[in-house]
Amino acid sequence: MSRRKVKNQSKRYDGREPKELRPIRIESGVLPNADGSAYIEMGRNKIVVGVFGPREMHPKRLAMPNTATLRCRYHMAPFSVDPRRSPAPSRRDNEISMVMRYALEPAIFLERYPRSAIDVYAEILEADGGTRTASINAATVALVDAGIPMRDLVSSCAAGKIDDKIILDLGDYEDKEGQADVPVAYMPKLGKVTLLQMDGVLPPDEFEQCVSLAIEGCNQIYQVQLEALKKKYGVVAEEVKE
Amino acid sequence: MAARGGIVSRLKKKKVEEVVSAGKRMDGRGLEDYRQIEVKTGVLEKAEGSAEVKIGRSWVMAGVKVGVGSPFEDTPEMGVLMCNAEFTPVAHPTFEPGPPDEESIELARVVDRGLRSAEILDFNKLILIPGKQVYLVYVDLYVLNYDGNLIDTSALAAIAALKKAVMPIYKVKGGEVEPSGEKEPLKVLKEPVAVTMVKIGDALIVDPSADEEEVMDLRLTITVDEEGNICTIQKSGSEGLTMDEIRKAIRIATEKAAANRKLIEGQADA
Repeated sequence: MSRRKVKNQSKRYDGREPKELRPIRIESGVLPNADGSAYIEMGRNKIVVGVFGPREMHPKRLAMPNTATLRCRYHMAPFSVDPRRSPAPSRRDNEISMVMRYALEPAIFLERYPRSAIDVYAEILEADGGTRTASINAATVALVDAGIPMRDLVSSCAAGKIDDKIILDLGDYEDKEGQADVPVAYMPKLGKVTLLQMDGVLPPDEFEQCVSLAIEGCNQIYQVQLEALKKKYGVVAEEVKE
Repeated sequence: MAARGGIVSRLKKKKVEEVVSAGKRMDGRGLEDYRQIEVKTGVLEKAEGSAEVKIGRSWVMAGVKVGVGSPFEDTPEMGVLMCNAEFTPVAHPTFEPGPPDEESIELARVVDRGLRSAEILDFNKLILIPGKQVYLVYVDLYVLNYDGNLIDTSALAAIAALKKAVMPIYKVKGGEVEPSGEKEPLKVLKEPVAVTMVKIGDALIVDPSADEEEVMDLRLTITVDEEGNICTIQKSGSEGLTMDEIRKAIRIATEKAAANRKLIEGQADA
């Protein structure tokens, strides 16, 4: 699609309004062998996240005597992007794994499980811009599904700027062609931002607008995450009642 | 760099927190003060551009090398800028030789994003044969001593080295790229400067030392260009930020970036 064509439209390249999220669907408990898991579709992103633990830390020398250790791995499948990418983790994958960990850690009562490890594996099956935010959304649901006690859910989405307009939840095209991208993760009940990055150029006032807009998006995603959990655990509760 | 020293001494954490909550620092600075910053350029002969920056006892050397090669697949008609960081084992007793770890990757990528987002080079002009041969500008950051805040030290070194870089010019003859023997200064269009803060307790403090990084709750780096625009943000560490804290950090970063930029400008005139 040409850039000009998009410029002349009031709507976005995929027909969305500036402050509209992509369709989002989360399903919890999709992996039989994981302690907790979730599958998310956010736009055309397709990501599956498995959580293992709290379990014994290997290698043992990495165990922390006073807390559990959260380990995250963000990994893109070779067929998730065009052209095919190498399955070996890139510098980008390593950095995203790290910021995912920092986004999730504040929400987890890690101190309840000294010496153990909690492993979060995000496998990107298809990428469509905003994979780190979608991975965090699914990882949160998967952590709850694993029964790990949490202070709050972590909800995540990006805001940014394209053709001088501030928009919510950037798609792949907007991510690549836009002027700025601000991914945010947020704990809605505690009111704290746990992921904050920026790419591109923004004056400070527009940056603040982007963060506020992304937080609005996070609040909407929070509801979707709650629904995904209720769908699985709500049913169990009814069964118990009978 | 929170886990650099292994398990944090709880006593040290308590002490640093106490001092910071009283509005002071262990080394006597104010909460928003930088340590002394030294910038030297042209410190190496074989690199196309070089700089050495010290912030307190943190010490980073940046070398710029310019070569020719294939462009990135997704930007076939643009020159390439690549940043790499190396935590040398001489920099700290806990640094070990080996492949880059998470922190050196983050350091390189945050500095790289700052330069790239600000569009410090005219990448469209760094092309020889579109889609095939372009200029590759490498910025290698060598950490020689670690005492906290490597991002700001490295980002200053990178921009200072790039500003002084003189690149070899290549010519295309009969579809082949060959060196012309001529040299031209690399045109640097912007001067993004990184400002790093950490949160300890309820306080945001600027330019953390190694001790402060060891006990910090979170770290925030904001890169600001000379027009006051933000060009990169990176938050790390296992805590959350409120919107008010974000606003405060932006104000601090804008002020400090303008002050630190003068240090590289002073160099350019020398």
